Amino acid sequence: MTESLLTVEGVHAHYGHIAALKGVDLTVRRGEIVALIGANGAGKSTLLMTVCGRPRASGGRIQFDGEDITRLPTFEIVRRGIVQAPEGRRIFPRLTVLENLQVGATPAEAAHFEQDLERVYALFPVLAERRRQRGGTLSGGEQQMLAIARALMARPRLLLLDEPSLGLAPLMIQQIFRVIADINAQGMTVLLVEQNAYHALKLASRAYVLAAGKVILSGGGAELLADPQVRAAYLEGGQPTAKPVG
Amino acid sequence: MAAMPEPARFDWREALTDAALAAAVAAALAVPLIGFHAVDEPTGIRIDTRFDWVVIGVITVFVGRLLLGALKRLRPQTALAPLGRAAMRLRPAATALTWAGLAFAVLLPVLPFSNRYVIDVATTVLIYVMLGWGLNIVVGLAGLLDLGYVAFYAVGAYSYALLAINLDLSFWECLPLAGLFAGVTGVLLGFPVLRLRGDYLAIVTLGFGEIVRIIIINWQSFTGGPNGITGVPRPSFFGLPFTANPAEGQVAFHQLLGLEYSPSHRIVFLYFLILALALITNLFTLRIRKLPVGRAWEALREDEIACRALGINPRNTKLTAFGIGAMFGGFAGAFFATRQGFISPESFTFVESATIVAIVVLGGMGSQIGVVLAALFLTLLPELGREFAQFRMVVFGAAMVLIMIWRPHGLLASREPTLRLKREDAPP
Repeated sequence: MTESLLTVEGVHAHYGHIAALKGVDLTVRRGEIVALIGANGAGKSTLLMTVCGRPRASGGRIQFDGEDITRLPTFEIVRRGIVQAPEGRRIFPRLTVLENLQVGATPAEAAHFEQDLERVYALFPVLAERRRQRGGTLSGGEQQMLAIARALMARPRLLLLDEPSLGLAPLMIQQIFRVIADINAQGMTVLLVEQNAYHALKLASRAYVLAAGKVILSGGGAELLADPQVRAAYLEGGQPTAKPVG
Repeated sequence: MAAMPEPARFDWREALTDAALAAAVAAALAVPLIGFHAVDEPTGIRIDTRFDWVVIGVITVFVGRLLLGALKRLRPQTALAPLGRAAMRLRPAATALTWAGLAFAVLLPVLPFSNRYVIDVATTVLIYVMLGWGLNIVVGLAGLLDLGYVAFYAVGAYSYALLAINLDLSFWECLPLAGLFAGVTGVLLGFPVLRLRGDYLAIVTLGFGEIVRIIIINWQSFTGGPNGITGVPRPSFFGLPFTANPAEGQVAFHQLLGLEYSPSHRIVFLYFLILALALITNLFTLRIRKLPVGRAWEALREDEIACRALGINPRNTKLTAFGIGAMFGGFAGAFFATRQGFISPESFTFVESATIVAIVVLGGMGSQIGVVLAALFLTLLPELGREFAQFRMVVFGAAMVLIMIWRPHGLLASREPTLRLKREDAPP
């Protein structure tokens, strides 16, 4: 449990001349769910993208399972076992659900395709029903499930989720978060970026709060959920904080 | 339009204004184009006027536009989605049509109406079908708009001609080499355009197509320049020539089979050759769509960023698409060279590229049968129009406009799923 899977040390990233990350340190240990929360433009998504090598880190070091992956091309990083369900879902609209999953399985071995398929269908039964439908005809929630399922098909060792609750109905958000908890219970390490701080902190074993490209706070999920500073900035006025939902 | 709350009355004013506007445009175009007419006379050229024609034309446009407006009112616009679904429902019919078409293609040389002209035209159609299928890999599957495809066709044709003449290789030895050279050219031209997308990619590939043609024109010592290459060896039936009097020690095709010599043997052989090549292209495409690389092409067409996030290497994926597409262009080029017996840079102008792209786009990007229909349409229409050659381009233009109105996504715009699992046959 304590072994570190992903280590980000002093990472900087730029879009042109604009610095998006200004020296971020972060650790994800095996089996954890780590949440990244923060306001718009804080650099949460950029950090996930930088882990995947796009944009490339302009300073600092990213280590995955003891190996330095800072300079590797994206597809090599993915083959090492870091797979992302990107922001905005980005499923392939004209391919069927099954074909989407098949593309996701590219880095994995063909031998356990069927077995992996069973596994994601068990997690998301609705995808099994819709397997012959084109991705573009799914609802937003179903597309998010497909994006997560597609990432799982690659057999990642670290799953990156970028805003999985974006634009979804509250019931759907609960369902997605329940599945994330299930996947984690089966042993998957998850790094989660969320605007929905309440759900993210409830789920996460640990969390980091990002602002203006820097980590300003970090700690256990429950600990941050109770932190007055976090409550004032990210929770109050939006999500109900007193009673648990669902 | 489709979701009108109540059947509104036909708006005469709007329809009349619209028709009048169309008539005005027609008049503005027709006065200089039809209204004046140059007549050759012994003393020089006299300009005649024929404004009666203009009036007839303008009235036709006015009435036609009015009728079109009324027609649209009666039948609200059809959305594209139902059409796509209709295509799915028509799948059994489409399968039957495919087999019927294939049977027709195989039997064509023995059908009663077939003659040398029919076979020749059919061979031309099949060359375009093959080019369309080849380009479909690049444009339809990988989504990379390539306006310079004719370059690979040219590389294939010149590879065959030069190898056969200079090194005395047979057609069957040259064919794979022509494909190889074209494929390598495709990969080489693919490298610099890897980062380009959409319009920019199209412009650069268009430029490459022209560069290849200009190199051929100017490298006179090697390619014969604008004069082209004459005396390209004709194909043999696996070593047996199609000649009336074979050289000493050789057996001609007709002698082997004990047939009367006929020049049509070669024509029919060429026809079957291109039919086989085209079918190989098609089978290859159908198969590769199910393999990881074909799947990656389609995924890349849909969303490049998602592909990166899923561990697909976009560079290699694009280069294989360019290379394999070019390879089939090269095969078609080698066939073209052996069929014509003469090649020159004039056969490889931008118009050829444009025709091939038009075939792929009209066919509905990515649809294999669509390519056949579009190739038939684009090659047969000028051929049928030969008798009223004056109006050929008018008919051609009108046909294009109709397709744009009724089938804006191509003749057959539905994409077949590539993957079904066996146990899916059971109802879920």
